[in-house]
Amino acid sequence: MSSIGTGYDLSVTTFSPDGRVFQIEYAAKAVDNSGTVIGIKCKDGIVMGVEKLIASKMMLPGSNRRIHSVHRHSGMAVAGLAADGRQIVARAKSEATNYESVYGEQIPVKELAERVASYVHLCTLYWWLRPFGCGVILGGYDRDGPQLYMVEPSGISYRYFGAAIGKGRQAAKTEIEKLKLSEMTCRQGVIEVAKIIYGVHDEAKDKAFELEMSWVCDESNRQHQKVPDELLEEAKAAAKAALEEMDAD
Amino acid sequence: MEIDADAPHSMGTTIIGVTYNGGVVLGADSRTSTGVYVANRASDKITQLTDNVYVCRSGSAADSQIVSDYVRYFLHQHTIQLGQPATVKVAANLVRLLAYNNKNMLQTGLIVGGWDKYEGGKIYGIPLGGTIIEQPFAIGGSGSSYLYGFFDQAWKEGMTKDEAEQLVVKAVSLAIARDGASGGVVRTVIINSEGVTRNFYPGDKLPLWYEELEPQFSLLDIPSSPGPEPMNI
Repeated sequence: MSSIGTGYDLSVTTFSPDGRVFQIEYAAKAVDNSGTVIGIKCKDGIVMGVEKLIASKMMLPGSNRRIHSVHRHSGMAVAGLAADGRQIVARAKSEATNYESVYGEQIPVKELAERVASYVHLCTLYWWLRPFGCGVILGGYDRDGPQLYMVEPSGISYRYFGAAIGKGRQAAKTEIEKLKLSEMTCRQGVIEVAKIIYGVHDEAKDKAFELEMSWVCDESNRQHQKVPDELLEEAKAAAKAALEEMDAD
Repeated sequence: MEIDADAPHSMGTTIIGVTYNGGVVLGADSRTSTGVYVANRASDKITQLTDNVYVCRSGSAADSQIVSDYVRYFLHQHTIQLGQPATVKVAANLVRLLAYNNKNMLQTGLIVGGWDKYEGGKIYGIPLGGTIIEQPFAIGGSGSSYLYGFFDQAWKEGMTKDEAEQLVVKAVSLAIARDGASGGVVRTVIINSEGVTRNFYPGDKLPLWYEELEPQFSLLDIPSSPGPEPMNI
């Protein structure tokens, strides 16, 4: 059990004696408890996938979208508190359209990530605002090529080749590190992401889940979109087959 | 004739921007007039916005200067934010937002030209109302009226740097010959991947046009120095 910051964890504007802000760390816990979200940067684009844990059997498949398009060229996959995530996506969309109306060009992904990160960070500065309880993986394709960023509840944002957040992130990161991303196309990447998500899903602890994936690559004409249905089915089938292979050992 | 010294400074002007194979050439005359009085006969109408983007100014001198100043300021901040040089498109868009949103108060036609690593050399014309139009070449100012036909005939795709600059110098001097509100020297700015080059062509370096040759009445008159060759189109 991690240390309990008794007394120093009541407000996001209080530091502990060892220099930590506990409220932000607790916000990160909310992200850690959510379904796994993965993003990878292939040589021709970005693939993102989400392990959507199904809360109720009565939910329609395809509802509770976790991956959103921010602009034509970029999308965001959210982990953690869904309502907080909606707010971040709305802000990102607004930043992107505002940038385009002022500067006349699509917002560079780096700039978008910085603006989102600074918005998330903003909410860690005031006692009357709570930090966002969600982490975001932002993938986009601009004139400098495909880029992948991850924004944490603390407001930190880094650029990655591969990133994972949520329950199965440790296992997922290990799997991602094994991949040769610089040689992989997004078509292959979609299959790999599906395999990883099926792989890290814990059948015992969690019930059913739905796989949601999106990509932005040369094949999708540099537009962010859901992975096409046939490719998604192919990926799911490959992932299930890989699981059975593992079980058979 | 009464000279109204309080009349707003206007740049009668001829301004030109031309793309070539590898960059752009911007050119302008140098006359700033206050009514019929030439307030500045050697003004510089090609103004820097960033290291790689310049703008040619025409119309009201004050209006075009203030627009340039604002855009230079915004572009500077944008460059710091982005961590790399701004593109010509962004510079032109900022100019047009100011020109369009303040159209009732401004009277200035601008030509934004420059080079960036994504699109290469680009020219954007932003005339009076605040439209923005990307063009292979653009002309503006009162002297440009006399150049439409000239460019229709003389412009071609994929010129070299020297061909483009000669075209610009020739065009500005033609306009100066016919437009009373344009005059003085010809200034050019060449922008490409290697950087920016400023050139200056004083009156005696400009091509002479037919009517401007010295009249010769007698074969006994030997001109003291042979003048430059007249230009033929």
